[in-house]
Amino acid sequence: MSSDHDTAFIDLRAITKRYSGVTALDSVDFTVQPGEAVCLAGENGSGKSTLIKIISGVEPATAGTVSIAGQERPVLNPRISAAAGVMVIFQDFSLFPNLSVAENIAFATQLSKHKRFYKSAVTRDIARSALDRIGVEIDLDVRVETLPVAQKQIVAICRALAAKAQLIIMDEPTTALTEKEVRRLQGIIRMLKEEGVAVIFVSHKLAEVLEVSEKVVVLRNGKKVAEGPASEFDTQSLAHHMTGRDVPEVPPSDVEAGAETLMQVAGLTKAGSFSDISFELKAYEVLGITGLLGSGRTSVAKALFGLVAPDEGTITVDGQVTPTGDPQAASMARIGYVPEDRLTEGLFLSQSILHNVTIGRLDAHSRGGFLDMAGLVAEASDWLKRLKVKAPDVTAPVQSLSGGNQQRVALARWLSRAPRVLILNGPSVGVDVGSKADIHDIIRDLAGQGIGIIVISDDLPELLATCHRILVMRDGRIIDTLDGKSVTEDQLARRLAS
Amino acid sequence: MTPRASKADFTKTPEFRLLIIAVLVFGLMSVLSPDRFLSAQNLTSMAFQFPEFAILALAMTITMMTGGIDLSVVGVANLSAVVAALILTQFSDPSMPAAQSAFWLSLAITAAMCIGAVAGVLNGALVAFFGLPPILATLGSGLVFTGFAIAMTGGSAVMGFPDAVAVIGNGQVWGIPVPLILFAALAVLLHLILTRTAFGLRVSMYGANPLAALYAAIDINRMLLKVYVIAGMFSSIAGLIIMSRANSAKADYGSSYLLLAVLIAVLGGVNPYGGYGRVIGVVLAVLSMQFLSSGLNMLQVSNFARELIWGVLLILVMVINTNALATLRASMTRSPR
Repeated sequence: MSSDHDTAFIDLRAITKRYSGVTALDSVDFTVQPGEAVCLAGENGSGKSTLIKIISGVEPATAGTVSIAGQERPVLNPRISAAAGVMVIFQDFSLFPNLSVAENIAFATQLSKHKRFYKSAVTRDIARSALDRIGVEIDLDVRVETLPVAQKQIVAICRALAAKAQLIIMDEPTTALTEKEVRRLQGIIRMLKEEGVAVIFVSHKLAEVLEVSEKVVVLRNGKKVAEGPASEFDTQSLAHHMTGRDVPEVPPSDVEAGAETLMQVAGLTKAGSFSDISFELKAYEVLGITGLLGSGRTSVAKALFGLVAPDEGTITVDGQVTPTGDPQAASMARIGYVPEDRLTEGLFLSQSILHNVTIGRLDAHSRGGFLDMAGLVAEASDWLKRLKVKAPDVTAPVQSLSGGNQQRVALARWLSRAPRVLILNGPSVGVDVGSKADIHDIIRDLAGQGIGIIVISDDLPELLATCHRILVMRDGRIIDTLDGKSVTEDQLARRLAS
Repeated sequence: MTPRASKADFTKTPEFRLLIIAVLVFGLMSVLSPDRFLSAQNLTSMAFQFPEFAILALAMTITMMTGGIDLSVVGVANLSAVVAALILTQFSDPSMPAAQSAFWLSLAITAAMCIGAVAGVLNGALVAFFGLPPILATLGSGLVFTGFAIAMTGGSAVMGFPDAVAVIGNGQVWGIPVPLILFAALAVLLHLILTRTAFGLRVSMYGANPLAALYAAIDINRMLLKVYVIAGMFSSIAGLIIMSRANSAKADYGSSYLLLAVLIAVLGGVNPYGGYGRVIGVVLAVLSMQFLSSGLNMLQVSNFARELIWGVLLILVMVINTNALATLRASMTRSPR
């Protein structure tokens, strides 16, 4: 389908973006025609979020030019970008949970009119016409927080439409949707395209949106590695371009038959988050916990480490019941937790690599109240070497490291405390492809040393590459336990989304 | 000493900028008022003047490093001083033998320090266990401490101490003012605590990212409690110096010191959002402020104008330190294209 417009709606030329030494994007060209749906594919850390930030004006490019609607934009910020019709729908939708559907849809439009008073009739008209455009019925007066995920997404799409979107960028649009909801989303996308609205899907799981797209662009490590009509791609070739690998990673070796049970979780329940979570973890074992966004997988992970206090249930480590709801008790029981969001939860970004690694070992290195600095440096350097962190200077701030190395620093912090059980939430989120494989090696290696590991992830290849058993969660419950060695990616995906 | 790397590029640190500022202010004042500012008398009197608010600034520093603040420092200082003064006036009199008055003086000092510690526990508990924002918790507790001091004294000054009391604020050891020695000792102590102890590192780390500290299983509550106890005890030492120098204690002494302590800490490069601060920076900021303050005094600038200057300075330093300005500069250099 060729476009009869001579200018693309979005035209990026030779965009390069560097963050303190890390090249996130390397001379990438990217165009979107009006009414075109483009899949922007790439693994975590490939640069796709950075590209979106540049289009939406959140971050300036280090080099290259950005044109929107045929006009070059040397200065760009989110307001300019939005005025030109670029709307981003983030994974969490950024809706106001306490406002009604109508208010959420019309909010931005009403504000931008600079009218002094709020008129509820106008609000309802705006919302109604946006919903009509995509042919969906949602009660205008219901509060958004009471809606299911798929409907929240529709509200977000309508908000973008009401604000005269020419291009809607959807970040991971399908991660929280069931199969049926994905099909409905596809229908809405077709309708948007007929109206001349362009769509960019940003995702690392694109099979679902491939059939409504015209074009696919694949990024890897900041470079564009493939571009072409969507019809030329399938799940397999996408995966190949995204990872740059053909051979799948080696699956984990077997857990020894006589391995002792390290951790027992019985009847863990928290109203509204998860219920009746029970499982056992053996030494040498890697256990995966997966589920869609909102399935409760992260809440369970936090509960295991005491960050969320469950209403009921017990956690036993090495035969000793651990008090729940207390991270210090969990760490005393030698449970370690590497959180999902490294930047806000995991690391002290402005602090040195040394401090980040040794924060849990300070007391062990105190001599009469004062710290044995040489001992600290020696221990940190040893761990960095073992995890192959490329860091020239342990006193450099941890934010100067790349994503993969940052994740290794977070791992080193817990490994230095000799954990019995290590919980890794999204162990390779935001790291480049090479580091990802290394981190999987580290996981297998640690399990080989007898640590019990729990991997929480929605990255199916990652689970298959590392886990012996995989628990599937939905609506806060464990609905299935799969054998990591015999299950295929397709089976796992179906179990997750059905 | 530890990080060799940071020593090599000292010229790039904020502390180096402060050193230059201190030297500039000193030079400026020397030029504007050479015979009076540079006189031995003025230099000695400055050395007696600044330790009391400088110690309050140290107390402010450690709370700011956690991203908090302690607005009760002056209240704690005055309450401690009033309690010490009441003990001294009740149980001792100038005619007492030296040994006996020394006993009562040490008891009064101990009591003052205990008041500082208890006040710190209260502040720390409000911040750590009840999760109140430090700025509000200490604003409230500061009023409570001042209120207690007023209730104990009826609002009037307590005076009539044995001579030994004067040593704290006016004495000299080998020609060095005792308050200066106290300040130097506390500054070194705080520096060692912050850079060389597990507790000190945790303070910086927590200040840099409280959420990550929680995820790293740090005992945050205990750490915060300690921080505010240290701030309280430093404040009570400042209170004792004020008491000795004024030869009396009153519930509302040193009311201008609160702003000054905040200003010095911020000027000294302590990040008010937490995570960064160096004692050397605070010391240099203290010196700059004292030079400025004495200089303005000699130029006969009124007290009100001085507070105005401090307020402007505080806002100016914070604005300069924000990224907003750096971004603005960056966009200005980009715009010609």
